[in-house]
Amino acid sequence: MRASLSLRAGLLSIAILAALIGIWHVATLPTAGAAGNVDPEYAALVSGAAAEGQKSAFPTPADVGATLWKHIKDPFYVRGANDQGVGIQLAYSLGRVLVGYGLAALVAIPLGFLIGMSPLTYRALDPFIQILKPISPLAWMPLALYTIKDSGISAIFVIFICSLWPMLINTAFGVASVRKEWLNVAATLEVGPLRKAFMVILPAAAPTIMTGMRISIGIAWLVIVAAEMLVGGTGIGYFVWNEWNNLSIGNILTAILLIGLVGMILDVALARAARLVAYRE
Amino acid sequence: MTKPLISIEALARRYPAPGGTETTVFENVWLPIAKGEFVCLIGHSGCGKTTILNVLAGLDQPSAGVVIVDGREISGPSLDRAVIFQGHSLLPWMSVMGNIAFAVTSRHPDWPKDKVRAHCQKYIDVVHLTGSEHKKPAELSGGMKQRVGIARALAIEPKMLLMDEPFSALDALTRGSLQDEVRRICTETEQTVFMITHDVDEAMLLADKIVLMTNGPGAKIAEIVENTLPKDRRRTDIHKHDSYYALRNHLLDFLVTRSKTFASEIAGKSYDPRRPPLVRPGETAAAAPPEIAPARAASA
Ligand SMILES: Nc1ncnc2c1ncn2[C@@H]1O[C@H](COP(=O)(O)OP(=O)(O)OP(=O)(O)O)[C@@H](O)[C@H]1O
Ligand SMILES: [Mg+2]
Repeated sequence: MRASLSLRAGLLSIAILAALIGIWHVATLPTAGAAGNVDPEYAALVSGAAAEGQKSAFPTPADVGATLWKHIKDPFYVRGANDQGVGIQLAYSLGRVLVGYGLAALVAIPLGFLIGMSPLTYRALDPFIQILKPISPLAWMPLALYTIKDSGISAIFVIFICSLWPMLINTAFGVASVRKEWLNVAATLEVGPLRKAFMVILPAAAPTIMTGMRISIGIAWLVIVAAEMLVGGTGIGYFVWNEWNNLSIGNILTAILLIGLVGMILDVALARAARLVAYRE
Repeated sequence: MTKPLISIEALARRYPAPGGTETTVFENVWLPIAKGEFVCLIGHSGCGKTTILNVLAGLDQPSAGVVIVDGREISGPSLDRAVIFQGHSLLPWMSVMGNIAFAVTSRHPDWPKDKVRAHCQKYIDVVHLTGSEHKKPAELSGGMKQRVGIARALAIEPKMLLMDEPFSALDALTRGSLQDEVRRICTETEQTVFMITHDVDEAMLLADKIVLMTNGPGAKIAEIVENTLPKDRRRTDIHKHDSYYALRNHLLDFLVTRSKTFASEIAGKSYDPRRPPLVRPGETAAAAPPEIAPARAASA
């Protein structure tokens, strides 16, 4: 029953994919009469061929497939600063995300631990966290550029800021809501503070902390694209922006697909890690 | 009279009540517990039994009074007083072995790993959980979890065991066999035990002394009932002893009526909370007719 359900779901997924590609294909077929309808300003912007209406400006699935294949075949080429393989761009973005996210984890988890252990600091810091949390991380960008004066580090800082809050809040919450019974067990066994922190509180709060880490990596990956569009230079966000300037919709679509894939891989990796620390009560 | 191992003196617990007043859950509770004694505390819900146990464990502070152990006032939890919690309180991310080893390494931080393992294994065998060492608590039945809690408490070889309704969440069959195990272990090791229960039969099987608490607010120890059943009593033949019905009726009578009316009962009489009356049902009144009130009717 279960197997047949996942089989049917898989078949349905493939059918939906085929339908979407089919619609896309039909929608982007060359249209003869389209020339007259093209806005002249737009026609000036896009390439001549598209404006003539021989072929839609939007690439067909086959075009995108070819572009995708071209990128996958040679992801790491470097032909000058503005023409690097999509693999290299993804690696830049991933590097920034991992550094910013890693730093945020290094700060948020110990800090959240301390906040969660002390009801006083929990309450005292709560208003700050509540106000800082909803700020779009990109709003920090000008400030970061002004103070840090380095676009690469500014991008990392923005990732740091946006990954910080979910991990901080979840760690503090997880630590603060460790079951009283478990703390009582530690107390009656006269367990020292460090041993209690690592043997009781950390494992008890670990699933909540992992949830925060998973939310954070998702947000960080969302934000890096926007941040790189702003700071430019390298990265998949910059690649998308650059291809928009080149009006290479095929490249943009390829990048979008890859951004989705990488985001999914990051999420799955953290979900796996979360399963390692999960426990059933 | 030997010096008690642990002595509860003038214990009280008060909470602020609306209107600036205070409600007194219990007050002036005095109770000595001798070494090797099995003491059961019986009383209605809310009279403060768990609070007393938590104070004994060092997990809670009383509003007044002290608990003296070895001549000194207790200031916090101690490995000398192991607690078997009502909700078993196992750490769910650790295996059976891990939970017990956590307790053992807390008591003996200097022990090498294999010594800890061997020690844990001994107590796992005692509670008949051999073969389940590597299961997580979620993979155990309720009775098995409770047994792990018992093994964890016993494994640290405490001077005193504190148990808060340890068997109340179990089915009758499991409860019976666990009671037998606890009784066997405690008599063999001459363990000092303080246990809370709602179950009169459990108290009669296990306890040397049964402490009766009146209803709250303002609960107090009404009397201390000495178990008049022979030491070698067993669950299967306990009801055949002469004083069984006298003892059982005395306890039930207290729970059903006297726990409510105790204040009027002592009105005008001399009642010293420091020395609550010690009664031995079935012995002083040797002529008590043993056939009165069958157990079922009495508990109804
Ligand atoms: N924070 C509090 N404020 C006011 N009253 C409280 C508070 N905590 C506990 N109490 C009261 O203290 C009393 C004793 O509670 P306790 O848990 O010791 O009862 P108990 O005898 O163990 O009951 P049970 O048999 O149901 O477990 C209860 O009547 C409860 O209402
Ligand atoms: Mg209770």
